[in-house]
Amino acid sequence: MYNSIVLVKQVPDTANISGKVMKEDGTVNRSKLPAIFNHEDKVALELALQVKEKYGGKVTAITMGPPRASDILRECLYMGADEVFLISDRKFAGADTLATSYVLCEAVNQIGKYHFIFGGRQAIDGDTAQVGPQTADKLNIPQVTYAEQILDIKENKVTIKRKIDGGHEIVQATLPVLVTVIKEAAEVRPFSAKKVMAYKGAKSLTDLEKLTEGNSLLYTDTLIHEYKERNLFISTLTMDDLQLDVDRCGVKGSPTKVHKVESVVLAGGNQEKVEPTKAGIGELIDKLLEDHILG
Amino acid sequence: MQNLSNEVWVFIEHRNGKAADVSLELLCKGRKLAEQLRGPLKAIVIGEDVQAIAADTFKYGATEVLLIQHKELKNYRTLPYSRILNNLISEHSPRIVLFGATVIGRDLAPRVASNTKSGLTADCTELRIDTITYLGKECKDILLQIRPAFGGNIIATIITPDNPVQMATVREGVMELTPLAKPNEIKITEIPFLPDSTDALVEIIEQFHQENKVNLKAAPVIVAGGYGLGTKENFKLIHELAHVLGGEVAGSRAAVDAGFVPHERQVGQTGVTVRPKLYIAVGISGAIQHRAGMQEANKIIAINTDPDAPIFQIAHYGIVGDAAVIIPKFIDAYKHKLK
Repeated sequence: MYNSIVLVKQVPDTANISGKVMKEDGTVNRSKLPAIFNHEDKVALELALQVKEKYGGKVTAITMGPPRASDILRECLYMGADEVFLISDRKFAGADTLATSYVLCEAVNQIGKYHFIFGGRQAIDGDTAQVGPQTADKLNIPQVTYAEQILDIKENKVTIKRKIDGGHEIVQATLPVLVTVIKEAAEVRPFSAKKVMAYKGAKSLTDLEKLTEGNSLLYTDTLIHEYKERNLFISTLTMDDLQLDVDRCGVKGSPTKVHKVESVVLAGGNQEKVEPTKAGIGELIDKLLEDHILG
Repeated sequence: MQNLSNEVWVFIEHRNGKAADVSLELLCKGRKLAEQLRGPLKAIVIGEDVQAIAADTFKYGATEVLLIQHKELKNYRTLPYSRILNNLISEHSPRIVLFGATVIGRDLAPRVASNTKSGLTADCTELRIDTITYLGKECKDILLQIRPAFGGNIIATIITPDNPVQMATVREGVMELTPLAKPNEIKITEIPFLPDSTDALVEIIEQFHQENKVNLKAAPVIVAGGYGLGTKENFKLIHELAHVLGGEVAGSRAAVDAGFVPHERQVGQTGVTVRPKLYIAVGISGAIQHRAGMQEANKIIAINTDPDAPIFQIAHYGIVGDAAVIIPKFIDAYKHKLK
C-alpha cells in the first residue's frame, strides 16, 4: 500500500491563443483565457491512481490557488482521488515558486504520511518546472523529474524510467520520493460518470459562503456540517490552519519580483500581404529567389 | 546589504566528454556580465575524469574553474550535485549563477535555489546588468532576468533585489557562442567531494542514449506547422513543403502537444531557438513563446486562416488562407521557377 499526494494547478489556457483573445491595442486579454486543469498535473494524478489500483493506498490531491481552483479539485474527485484539499489564503497571492513550494511543503506535512508526491513537470503559465524540485528540497526527500514510466514498486523502492538530455535512464529511488511527470507518462482516464454524479455538488467553504450570501435563513455552519456528512465538503487550508510564517508566503516570501511587465504590442511590422493566388505566391517566390533566401 | 560579491558562475553540463553547447553559450554571456561587475567568471565542472572539459571553458571566457571530481559523480544525480552547489554557493555567495535550461538544469537549479533561498528565473531570453529603482530603492548593478510570461504576450523583467545570489536558466541557442580569439590562462581549483549516505537514495540503473536525428539549429529553411493545421494528416503538407525547399520540419508547442510532430522538432521558448534564412509558419498563431524561438529568422512567411493571428505582426510576408490550398500552390510555383 502506497499513499500519494498529487500537486495540481489551475492555469489559464495559454496553449490556445487566437485572434479572439487579442485586444485592439495588440495585447492579449488574459481574462478571456479559460481556466483549465494543467494537463501534466492530470497525468500525475493518473499515475497516482494507477499506483493505487495496482498496490492499494490513498490518493490525495492538493492545490494552492484562489477559491475557484476548487473546480479542478472536483475534477480530481471525478477521476478517482480519495480526498482533496484547497490551500487558499489571500496572503498566498503573488507567490513565486519558492513561496509556493514553502506553502505546499507545509500542507503536505500537515496532511500526513505519504510515499509518493506526484506533480506535473511544469505548469503552462509559468513554465518554470521549479515547484516540484523546490517542494522536494523543503521536504528533504529525493526527487525524480521528467518521469515517463513507473516500472516497479517493491517495498520502499521505486524504479522509474525518466527522460534525460539525449535519451533515457532508469533510476531506483528510495521512498518517500517526489516525482514530476511528463505528459507522455500516461493517457489520462476520462471522468467516471458515477463519480461525476456523486461529486459535482462538492463545495469548498468559499462556494458555501456564496450560497448563504443574501439569504439570512441559510447559515454557513449548517451547510458545512451538511456537506461534510454527504462527503461533499472540500476542505480549505489557510495560512492560519498551516501555521505559516507570513514572511515566507505570497509576494513577501517571493525573492523573484516583477520589475516591469511590458505588453508586447504587436503594431504592424513591415509585413507585406501576399495574395493567396498563383500570381501572388509566384511573386513571393521570385523575391525569395532574388534575395537568395531560397535557392 | 552586506558587500555583494562580483562573481559570475556558470554550471557546466557535459555529455560524451564534451561541454554542452548551452553551457559554453552561457560562458560567453557570463563573461560580458562579469566584465560589467568587474569580477571573475567561474565555471563549475562536476563529474569524473572531466579535466579536458574544465580546460575547454577557458576558450569561452572562464577565468577559473571549480572542479569537483569523484567516481560517484560520473553521471548527474540530483542529491550529490545539488549538495555540492549548495555548499559552494553558501561559502562563496556568487552574485550570479547561470544554468542551461536543460533536463539537468531544470532538475538541479530549482533544488539549489530552494536551499539557498534564491530567486530563480527560468528560460530567460535576455540577461542584462543595470541599475534600477525598485519600490523607491536603488538597486545597483542588478541582474535583469527577462522572459516572456503567462502566455499573455507579456515580456516580464524579473529581479531578485533582496537576495545576494541571483540565478537564472537559459535555453540552448538563446545566447550566442563566441569563443575567444585567445583562450584565458588556465586556472583550475580542485575541490574535494565527500560522499554522503543520502547520495544512495537515487541510483542510476541504466542509461540509453539516442542520437538526436534532428538538427533544427543548422537548417537554412524551416517549415513549421501549428495547431491550426488541425490534424496529423494535414501536417503532411509541412513535410512536403520542407522536402521541396530542402528544409527541416518543425512545430509549435501546441502542435507537439497535439501529437502532430515530435518534441525534438519544437520551436519556441520551451523548444529550440532557431535563426534560419527562411522560416515559414503555417497554422501557427504566433504566441510569444513561439516567437521567442524564431523571431530572429532572416525572413518569415506566415500562412494562417486567421487574419488577426499575432504571427502576422512579425512576419515579413503574410498569406491569409487555407494551408491546404496555399502550400500546393507554393510547391507548384517553386518547382516551376526552378525549371
